[in-house]
Amino acid sequence: MEAFTRHVGTAAPLRRSNVDTDQIIPAEYLKRITRDGFEDGLFSAWRKDPDFVLNQPQYQGVSVLIAGPDFGTGSSREHAVWALQNYGFRVVLSSRFADIFRGNSGKGGLLTGQVPQEVIEQLWDMVEADPGTEVTVDLEARTVAAGNLVAEFEVDDYVRWRLLEGLDDIGITLQYAEAITDFEGSRPAFKPVTQ
Amino acid sequence: MGRTLAEKLWQDHVVRQADGEPDLLYIDLHLVHEVTSPQAFDGLRAAGRPVRRPDLTLATEDHNIPTIDVDKPIADPVSRAQVEALRKNCADFGVPLYSLGNIEQGIVHVVGPQLGLTQPGMTIVCGDSHTSTHGAFGALAFGIGTSEVEHVLATQTLPLKPFKTMAINVDGDLPDGVSAKDIILAVIAKIGTGGGQGYVLEYRGSAIRALSMEGRMTICNMSIEAGARAGMVAPDETTFEYVKGRDHAPTGDEWDAAVAYWRTLFTDSDAIFDAEVTLDAATLSPFVTWGTNPGQGLPLSASVPSPDDASDDVDRVAIERALEYMDLTPGTPLRDIAIDTVFIGSCTNGRIEDLRVAADILRERTIANGLRLLVVPGSARVRLQAESEGLDTIFLDAGAEWRGAGCSMCLGMNPDKLTPGERSASTSNRNFEGRQGPGGRTHLVSPAVAAATAITGHLSSPADLD
Repeated sequence: MEAFTRHVGTAAPLRRSNVDTDQIIPAEYLKRITRDGFEDGLFSAWRKDPDFVLNQPQYQGVSVLIAGPDFGTGSSREHAVWALQNYGFRVVLSSRFADIFRGNSGKGGLLTGQVPQEVIEQLWDMVEADPGTEVTVDLEARTVAAGNLVAEFEVDDYVRWRLLEGLDDIGITLQYAEAITDFEGSRPAFKPVTQ
Repeated sequence: MGRTLAEKLWQDHVVRQADGEPDLLYIDLHLVHEVTSPQAFDGLRAAGRPVRRPDLTLATEDHNIPTIDVDKPIADPVSRAQVEALRKNCADFGVPLYSLGNIEQGIVHVVGPQLGLTQPGMTIVCGDSHTSTHGAFGALAFGIGTSEVEHVLATQTLPLKPFKTMAINVDGDLPDGVSAKDIILAVIAKIGTGGGQGYVLEYRGSAIRALSMEGRMTICNMSIEAGARAGMVAPDETTFEYVKGRDHAPTGDEWDAAVAYWRTLFTDSDAIFDAEVTLDAATLSPFVTWGTNPGQGLPLSASVPSPDDASDDVDRVAIERALEYMDLTPGTPLRDIAIDTVFIGSCTNGRIEDLRVAADILRERTIANGLRLLVVPGSARVRLQAESEGLDTIFLDAGAEWRGAGCSMCLGMNPDKLTPGERSASTSNRNFEGRQGPGGRTHLVSPAVAAATAITGHLSSPADLD
């Protein structure tokens, strides 16, 4: 995984709450067996509307998504994270994220920064007034900055460390293979097996 | 201080604990399906890693498969390639697989309990958010993403931060015609789609105790719709009775040892939950959703809400958007909403008891003119059981389509879909925009409301039929 320390980019305001993973990427796109090429499915129903924020010329090339509360609710599909990344997003900001989506983001290297809704509102106003506004997301300092605004965001300590280091979870866990084997030795005999 | 059920299960599965790091948790059962696993198996291949415990892993085909012509090759080449990828991955890595056509095939969350693989006290994961279903047995069960699927395949563990705990107390007697589905829709409407974020929900109280295992599964299934990754019910005699004698249930001395352990799995009387919510079962009535998230639900006797009812600006915008997408006018009685398609099935309500409830209502009746009713059993075994009871005949005589097992119209990634503008009453779990097909409109309902609605052609409860 590519390490994440600091990101500077322009941002798109997504003035919607409860953006579920079926909106981020509909199930039809989940039949693919690759990890790449999901950008065409991102918000595909909404992108049919020419007025949708990502279709507006001033929001081309954005890499930060500023979303309403409860972003990423619904299914466990990691394709939602891949679709956002494939499209070019590196960061999503919201006042509340769904648990599984947030976990998946951390695994895939998409930063989800949690900020209060009033910060979201300020950022929405700012990037709507001037779509060229650069948003700086500093994972080391846990801050998001744009114009005169500097706000702290919440991110899990361990996820932050892994993102900063660009570490692979499986590699970390396999260092403890012996502890796993020991645990397996103590499992009760009545636990079922599948074959 | 005492411990909650969730805390007991957590502590019984910790492989490794260190300050500042997530706990490493052992996974007792990993369920796999075609949609969220191909990239995980590819990851193993790229790193040269085996599946650590294929004997604790089970795969089935459910999400993207058709529910008719199941004896023919899958017509959609993209779906077929994904199913074939699962078959190759399972063969290459030694993972047991129940394919389309196998008697054990079905929706992953119907298959696990049916085989007796889902037992109290286990940790169970699957690359599917409705894995919370298995919590009905007093298991810690939750959905994971594809990176985590790969992690479990490689290590049989997951690094996780402990969840907070929330008690959902439902006491009292459910009125006639009110079911587990109505309880959980009412819970979600009460706490909201984000209310359970970061929590494990433990459903407690006399109304929960009185439910069958299948009813408990319906409730735990939709915990994710309240934002909670997992939901659970402490195991009791109802649980033991359900598990006993199933293919993978312990037998003899092992059964006794298992039950002795299972009897320790309850929340201690002096344990403290991080949050508590209480509902009075006696006040509940058939519940339906009117909007585009599962928290936008009301009793069937209510009317479509207005944006003026919103608590804040964010909520107002959400109601406006939902009404526009659903093409509904504030103040319309929910009972007046005309329905084109009724779907009975899914991991929420595709079990034999759900089909029995629906069949009882449809017996010697016919569905409304022009309405389509799809009845899709949750597994091949549920289908066979229903046929042995003659339920298929009741459905067919009423004018329904009787299908093979699968996720079907729950999620719009197989041939069973709504067309744009089409409106459904569905026993599934999500009413998101386009969930059942692009432009489709979904009202979530119980099996009883679904069956009554199929007869009248507009949202109805069985009480409306007489």
